[in-house]
Amino acid sequence: MTDTLQPDGGPAPGLQSGTASGSGAQAPLEDAAASRLQLVWRRFLRQRLAIAGLVVVALLFGVAYLSPYLGRWQYDQLDFTAFLEPPSASHWFGTTQNGFDVFALTMRGLQKSLVIGLLGALMATALAATVGAFAGYFGGAVNTALVTLIDLLMVLPAFLIIAILSPSFRGHTWLIFVVLLAAFQWMVTARIVRGMTLSLREREFVHAARFMGVPGWRIIFRHILPNMASLLIIDATINVSSLILAEVGLSFFGFGVQPPDVSLGTLIGDYANAALTFPWEFYFPAAFLVILVLAINLVGDGLRDAFDPNAQGHH
Amino acid sequence: MRVTAPGTPLLSVRDLSVSFRTEAGLVRAVRSVSYDVAPGEVLGIVGESGSGKSVSSLAVMNLLPGHAEVTGSARLNGQELIGQSDDALSAVRGSRIAMVFQDPLSALTPVYTVGDQIAEAILVHETVSRGEAMRRAVDLLHTVGIPNAAQRATAFPHEFSGGMRQRVMIAMAIANRPSLIIADEPTTALDVTIQAQILDVLQTARRMTGAAIVLITHDLGVIAGIADRVSVMYAGTIVETGSVDDVFYRPRMPYTLGLLGSIPRADAGERQPLTPIEGTPPSLINLPTGCPFVPRCPMAQDICRREEPGLLPIAGREPADTQRAACHFKDDIEQRQLTSRDIFPAPLPSSDAVRSVPREQRQQMLVVQDLVKSYPQMKGAVLRRKVGEVRAVDGVSFDIREGETLGLVGESGCGKTTTIMEILNLGRPASGHIAVLGHDTARMSGAEKFGIRRDLQVVFQDPMASLDPRLPIGEILAEPLRAHGVAPERVSARVRELLTLVGLRAEHVNRYPAAFSGGQRQRIGIARALALEPKILVLDEPVSALDVSVRAGVINLLERLRDQLGLSYLFVAHDLAVVRHIGNRVAVMYLGRIIESGDVDEVFDRPAHPYTQALLSAIPLPDPHKERARVRIVLKGDLPSPANPPSGCRFRTRCQKFANELTEPQRQRCIDESPALLPRTGSPDHLDACHWATAVEVL
Ligand code: SF4
Ligand code: SF4
Repeated sequence: MTDTLQPDGGPAPGLQSGTASGSGAQAPLEDAAASRLQLVWRRFLRQRLAIAGLVVVALLFGVAYLSPYLGRWQYDQLDFTAFLEPPSASHWFGTTQNGFDVFALTMRGLQKSLVIGLLGALMATALAATVGAFAGYFGGAVNTALVTLIDLLMVLPAFLIIAILSPSFRGHTWLIFVVLLAAFQWMVTARIVRGMTLSLREREFVHAARFMGVPGWRIIFRHILPNMASLLIIDATINVSSLILAEVGLSFFGFGVQPPDVSLGTLIGDYANAALTFPWEFYFPAAFLVILVLAINLVGDGLRDAFDPNAQGHH
Repeated sequence: MRVTAPGTPLLSVRDLSVSFRTEAGLVRAVRSVSYDVAPGEVLGIVGESGSGKSVSSLAVMNLLPGHAEVTGSARLNGQELIGQSDDALSAVRGSRIAMVFQDPLSALTPVYTVGDQIAEAILVHETVSRGEAMRRAVDLLHTVGIPNAAQRATAFPHEFSGGMRQRVMIAMAIANRPSLIIADEPTTALDVTIQAQILDVLQTARRMTGAAIVLITHDLGVIAGIADRVSVMYAGTIVETGSVDDVFYRPRMPYTLGLLGSIPRADAGERQPLTPIEGTPPSLINLPTGCPFVPRCPMAQDICRREEPGLLPIAGREPADTQRAACHFKDDIEQRQLTSRDIFPAPLPSSDAVRSVPREQRQQMLVVQDLVKSYPQMKGAVLRRKVGEVRAVDGVSFDIREGETLGLVGESGCGKTTTIMEILNLGRPASGHIAVLGHDTARMSGAEKFGIRRDLQVVFQDPMASLDPRLPIGEILAEPLRAHGVAPERVSARVRELLTLVGLRAEHVNRYPAAFSGGQRQRIGIARALALEPKILVLDEPVSALDVSVRAGVINLLERLRDQLGLSYLFVAHDLAVVRHIGNRVAVMYLGRIIESGDVDEVFDRPAHPYTQALLSAIPLPDPHKERARVRIVLKGDLPSPANPPSGCRFRTRCQKFANELTEPQRQRCIDESPALLPRTGSPDHLDACHWATAVEVL
């Protein structure tokens, strides 16, 4: 994926065929940046799977947050009349052996997973963008320090470290957990951003800003990062699904979200043994996880193709 | 040479039209183009980008992509080429028509040696032995002026310089003695001295094979020197055609007139005002009816909007006259003998108020003294170590005084860009000094540098690359203002003021750079540079990326601003004609050094250094009579590597004087002693770096 991405800028190649410098001032002047976004959006819409993915993500969001009003049971509510019941009219996804409603649990887990994924992805991408761009733009000692940090984090076994640290933040907010997840997720992107910054730094509009006396940090946030927006958007999307999966992995082993709260990961972890005996306990959360990750990946793929018309070679 | 009945054209193109379907709509790239090429003649096709000049020739060769819709006819010796299968045409391509492209690197296969590729071209069309084909390939390489042809034939395309590759392309083109060579911008990517070499080779090739040449270019100067007839294309169609003399001296279509009036002349002593053609070429999508030049034509009337004029002879000429023009008022122009200045409003000559003060009494705005910039040369992939250094700039000195323009000229690789980057960085040079408004950059604090940036601004070459495509132009123009703490309430007023100053509409502040044409974008770049009211402007090839017809407007604007705002310019360019037009002083660089400098007129009229002489003599003049009468100094070979410059005079490996005029002891001095930049021609202000300098007139 990474090698097909270039810094954006200018009208997309598809716009220019044939006319060379044709579309001049007399041609109806349209807002070119907006039209580029429109073009990306149009290309995105052309991909049915990506649209389906987007719709599914939106639906999952909706259902997860509306679930407290949809179902009759809350995730921390016990039904002492129903232990280990299979799906029924009152417990749509059945119940657990303690009498928890599996639908409510799954929805609660879905909420957590979505938030962890989105928040973590945002943090990871922001961190990657900042560190990568600073290393690439300033070079020298800044670069050496940041690249060393990146390399160091890359070789550290993230899973192990979070596992070791997890007891120490037990009882604290789960947000720390998101931060930790994000902290191990940004390095590869940071390297890509650094590489692109190196080439953007030599572009004339960056020189122009520098010679005007615009400070470096401002050039980064104003000229460099916006010009790799497509990379960052795609990266963030892909991070969402990786982070959800990372959380699932960690929670499965008991290092993630702590009870009484649940996430898709803790649910799958807790009820994996029941997969054969009481399948509803396991398969409902697992199915939602699969659907969620799949849908997000479809959106990510669609975005990538929409931003980069050469990726698939249509017309 | 094939025998053709006299009077029958070799190539006859009739009603050729090409269109492309795109997402934006139907692009009518070529509209009903007809022309003939007689055996052995050179037809020049001129036009700007998007005029359809290349597409029409590619269509003749059937080299357009599959989705192009081509109609009409093109007959070569009576044989139809349009609509033929690729198989049928491949017999014609290469053997009877050959093509020379702008970018030879993409036309040559990188994995075969050039000898093999030429031999292959011969073998496809002829049954000769491989050895024989190879021998002929070497001969051809020799003909096109490749030194050590036998040895170079075994080299790969990437081992050749751009000029040498173009020679290889020409060798390949004439391998089968074609009767027609189509050369599509063959010299556009090349430096002017290399361009002169290639045009020379093209002439040789023509003499040898007797082939007719269709030369496609945007450079009227190139056409003037080599073509017999010329066709001017605009918006996909031919708007004027005729003999070179007719079209250059008696143009009858306003576009041609404007084009000729808009090019600066390297040989023009007193400054002629340039007549800019306002606006830009029309989009070929949904072209309105009527004359395509209407929006830019000061003579346009109602009839022009209703009907597109045909390409017709001019009334009152002899029947044999071949000139045709597509304008409703061509006869009017003929009768009244209108010139470009009658039709297009030329700017009023600007005042020289500042420059009327003697030079010595004006303030020194920028001083560069003995500037050196070197890059380490690294070797090794794993353990990189320094093996030497390349002195990209090696002891450059010049100064710019208030109100004047210094043109810094030289071919690619001469170090002019490195020089200005050193100046703009405001750093401490490895050796030498830079002083901006009297402040030495080596001794400046960060705050002082920041302050001096107000006074020293830059305009870049490529107006697309120098504007951030993600920001509306209002934001782009506000950036320097905000960076220097201009009060927010002043910013938006100043932005509008700037837009008006450079001739753009203030309402356009919210548009993005992509919505503007090249010339307009360059105006935005200039407006940004002027935002902080600088005193010195560094202009890095500000017009070379622009179409010919819009260059004049930008040059005029720069002149007006300089005189109106009292600016000083450091104008970097490879186009000497532009420098002569706008410059007051000029410095010529070669391989990291200034080899000649002085007053523009002095240097252009009486160049003393052999390199300057060669450079000036290589510029094609858009004047057929002069062009034919000129004797060109064609330099040998390519620029030596700056990593390993020749001893003594750096120019001696290519110096025509060294090769032809000097005696042995004189040559020894060139080899041993590096010539200093001194006044040698009598005028104290005219410096050159040649031991044996004599002023010669070459233009
Ligand atoms: S036909 Fe009219 S618009 Fe076209 S060039 Fe002639 S005068 Fe101008
Ligand atoms: S010093 Fe010698 S080699 Fe150099 S330019 Fe003069 S004559 Fe030529």
